[in-house]
Amino acid sequence: MSTLGRAVRAGAGRHRVQTVVITMVVLIAVTSAVLGGSLLVASRAPFDRAFGQQQGAHLTAQFGPAATVAQLTSSAGAAGISAAAGPFPTTQVSTLGPGGRPRPPMTVVGRSAPDGPVDQVTLTAGRWATAPGELVLAEDSRFRGPPVKIGTVWTVADPPGSPAVTVVGIARSVSRTADAWVTPEQVTAWTGERGPAGYQMLYRLTVADTAAQVEAARAAIAATVPAGALTGAVSWLVTRQDAVGQAALLVPFLIAFGVLGVVMAVLIIGNVIAGAVSTGTRRIGILKALGFTPAQVVRAYLGQALMPAVAGAVLGVVAGNLLTVPVLAQTNRLYGTSDNGVTLWVDALVAGGALVVVTLTAWAAAARAGRLRSVDAIAVGRTPRPGRGQWASRLTGRIPVPRPMSLGLAHPFARPLRSGGIVAAIAFGTAAVTFAVGLATSLSLIQEAEDLADVQVVPRMEAPGPGAGGPGREPMPNGPGPLTDPAGVVAAITAQAGTGGYVGQARTEVTVAGITGSLTTVALTGTDGARYYRMVSGSWLTGPGQIVVSTPFLTAAGKEVGDTVVLTDHGTDLTARIVGEVFNTDDKGMQILTDLATLRPAEPGLSPEIFLVSVRPGTDAATYASGLETALRSLGAAAVPVEHGTDELVLIIDTLTALLSVMLVVVAGLGVLNVVVLDTRERVHDLGVHKALGMTPRQTTTMVISSVLVTGLIGGAIGAAVGVALQRAVLGAMGGSAGFTLPASIVDVYSPTELLLFGLGGLVIAVGGALLPAGWAAGTRTVTALRTE
Amino acid sequence: MTAPLIELRDVTRRYDDGPPALRELSLTVRPGESVAILGPSGSGKSTLLNLIAGLDRPSTGTVTVDGVAVDKLGEAASARYRRARIGLVFQFFNLLDDLTVADNVMLPAQLAGMARAAAQRRATELLTVLGVDRHAAAYPGRLSGGERQRVAVARALMNRPALLLADEPTGALDTAAGVEVQRLLTELHADGQTIVLVTHDLALAENCATRTVQLRDGRVAADTTAPVR
Ligand SMILES: Nc1ncnc2c1ncn2[C@@H]1O[C@H](COP(=O)(O)OP(=O)(O)O)[C@@H](O)[C@H]1O
Ligand SMILES: [Mg+2]
Repeated sequence: MSTLGRAVRAGAGRHRVQTVVITMVVLIAVTSAVLGGSLLVASRAPFDRAFGQQQGAHLTAQFGPAATVAQLTSSAGAAGISAAAGPFPTTQVSTLGPGGRPRPPMTVVGRSAPDGPVDQVTLTAGRWATAPGELVLAEDSRFRGPPVKIGTVWTVADPPGSPAVTVVGIARSVSRTADAWVTPEQVTAWTGERGPAGYQMLYRLTVADTAAQVEAARAAIAATVPAGALTGAVSWLVTRQDAVGQAALLVPFLIAFGVLGVVMAVLIIGNVIAGAVSTGTRRIGILKALGFTPAQVVRAYLGQALMPAVAGAVLGVVAGNLLTVPVLAQTNRLYGTSDNGVTLWVDALVAGGALVVVTLTAWAAAARAGRLRSVDAIAVGRTPRPGRGQWASRLTGRIPVPRPMSLGLAHPFARPLRSGGIVAAIAFGTAAVTFAVGLATSLSLIQEAEDLADVQVVPRMEAPGPGAGGPGREPMPNGPGPLTDPAGVVAAITAQAGTGGYVGQARTEVTVAGITGSLTTVALTGTDGARYYRMVSGSWLTGPGQIVVSTPFLTAAGKEVGDTVVLTDHGTDLTARIVGEVFNTDDKGMQILTDLATLRPAEPGLSPEIFLVSVRPGTDAATYASGLETALRSLGAAAVPVEHGTDELVLIIDTLTALLSVMLVVVAGLGVLNVVVLDTRERVHDLGVHKALGMTPRQTTTMVISSVLVTGLIGGAIGAAVGVALQRAVLGAMGGSAGFTLPASIVDVYSPTELLLFGLGGLVIAVGGALLPAGWAAGTRTVTALRTE
Repeated sequence: MTAPLIELRDVTRRYDDGPPALRELSLTVRPGESVAILGPSGSGKSTLLNLIAGLDRPSTGTVTVDGVAVDKLGEAASARYRRARIGLVFQFFNLLDDLTVADNVMLPAQLAGMARAAAQRRATELLTVLGVDRHAAAYPGRLSGGERQRVAVARALMNRPALLLADEPTGALDTAAGVEVQRLLTELHADGQTIVLVTHDLALAENCATRTVQLRDGRVAADTTAPVR
């Protein structure tokens, strides 16, 4: 062992660059694999884990005043119930934010504590409400309004005449059981002698894996209270569906990066070891002449790869976990989980897997060394090299560029296999960046499609003036009603300076022959409808009698763009032609978009509930909204600027994209570095000759850098193409699994210029990797180089 | 008297370990001279040549060639200096294996920025003069030792150097090939080329040099100018 060990150590010392490259490549591959793996594990069932941690409610039931508290308490004994919480009094409350802006009405639950047997709500800021006038707001990642600060005071618009409330805490309920919580006394105060609007009961079930099991429990509960007293029940399966849909986006992303990382690591480590064997050929011959067996020689090379690989794997596990923590902090916020992200079995699996891959790759590459015959090996370097790639020298010599450049251009052809490996590494690096940027762009376009409007006009929800509504007005159960004067609103919008366009929306339910259940139909008026939807095929609405739908609708109805469908709206049959397919995920893609006039024959009274307004470029949405607000005040409407907050998931994906592509680019660059160092070492004597003949340091640098231009260009071109194909495949798979066809405007995110830039990115990687060794080559002392034989 | 082409003054070259390779050596060479440097192995001959070529720098002392302070040149300037004024011939030829004979010969001119066509004309001319023009398109590996050294001389002469430096040009050749190269260098000298050559080969020194300098332990032990033949 001592001789072998010394031989290996000497080898590792002599090949410092190879040692560094192997360490770095393994470090980066392990870091990204640990990061990806931990996130994958963490995102695989973040909802389930959070749900488990909070003892989430399998069934959230809402009861009307018909049920007594005693009945509700005893409903916990119904068949299939393992735990219950409640009854909690509930009511609807409308508040006004700063500046009198109406906030969406909230379902408020009276609870004296966040914990309990079911739905142990996590306080993320502040404290629980302990006195009337205090409110704990539910944090909802999907709510895109500005964040609410602790201590914010809201005027209560409805019930009218109520004192203001102060936000004392922010909490998260995975089961989404409320928009806000107050003390039970506060609910009683709001509802007065009328008694609470109802009660909420939260149940955990003994089995809740299928919708049928949850439904059975719901029926059992309903049987314990008077008929009609159970007014609503939400299954945890529905809530989970909503939450997991987003996390699933991360999976294809991480898998794509993982595969790229592993392939690149194999390529580069294979190349490094093969290179070490090739430059060490003479050394191998001498070792064998001294009596080393082939197996010992192969083991020596394995050691040369494994020592830095182990170091890289250890460092990579540490770095991967360090990086996972902040990223998971974001997912934790997104899902209300509390994970530190350290998953030991992922660490062990990744580190072990990396070492196995390194061993196999190094074994394959070093096998040649074991087979080499001693005499041949020692003879290397004594006889002139066979003229590999001479044809390339002949060819490039004729290119009218400075001679150092044409000399360098021929270099990769002298070692086609090694150059092929490096083309592949550059291609993977470029593909990673191209793919990642494209996918991230598409994902943010998908998110963006949801809030293209700059300002919303909604009904004002102030306390109604005397005579306007009268006391005892019921809280609106289904959000805002229609605007009282849509024509006036349109006039105000049109008159306002800075208006780019607008669309009014009214919602109604229709049935369509062949599709069970009713479908939400959004009836549009205004100038700007097309702006808020991305077309997949066909065209936008041009008049009444036309509808535009999404892929799931077409699939469910068995229709195509151009077909005619019959809509039944309030008993009236309306014939409409499908003129276009849009990408619209609302109502799980079953929403129908049409002109308001289409539905007029069935619903003469249908009028817009909301106007989406886009402002002209350069107009400030907030200023515009407050100007419009003044004009709308007398019309019972309010203008609210839409916050274009970046979605957290998009933020996570962007962070990962940046991180992982930088890592893969660095790996590719290291691969280039290693090859150029090998090349330079093999050519060091020629380098001396060149310098003796008058090649300046700058010309030497030019020659070395030119030697990677061809590989960089080819790798970049292949990589950009592969990246685009990958982006399309992954997006297609993601859309397809959700039942959607993605519009070209979301998929085709690469402009020709960008593609060109990505292609040239390969060149950047190549040149970046060659810069350091080019500097070394330029600095090589001529006499030393000439003495090397 | 004409101004010296080479002037070394009190040159010492010390390596990290061992005694200095050159000790306070002074030497002057005039244009048109052909100087043979003789001496036992390790006496500092190659070191001296490297200093004149600007491939190496003295520890102390000055090296001036054709008015250029060679010891003061930076890397780039010394490359340009070699390109313009020095032709180098080595014991083991140092031809580039992946370039054709013609491309090898053209290289110094191309590094200096000469266009390919012009370089090609000059290379053909030189290869013809040296009798190896029929190998122009071949690769050096296919040539005999003598032929390779003639190609190397052609390459050294490409930029019409003021000074031709040769380090044991016949050291790797058999006797017949050695004689060929000797004749070639003699002819070049007769045409007025200044030559400094290092050799063990007394016949070469006698036939080709007008002056012999004996080195011993990094010092000039003898400096004899041969009678005009
Ligand atoms: N790069 C070097 N590093 C260390 N010592 C060197 C180096 N080059 C030459 N020497 C030493 O300098 C002395 C002179 O070498 P050299 O000029 O090559 O002798 P010669 O050419 O006369 O045989 C020798 O002792 C040699 O070992
Ligand atoms: Mg010597």
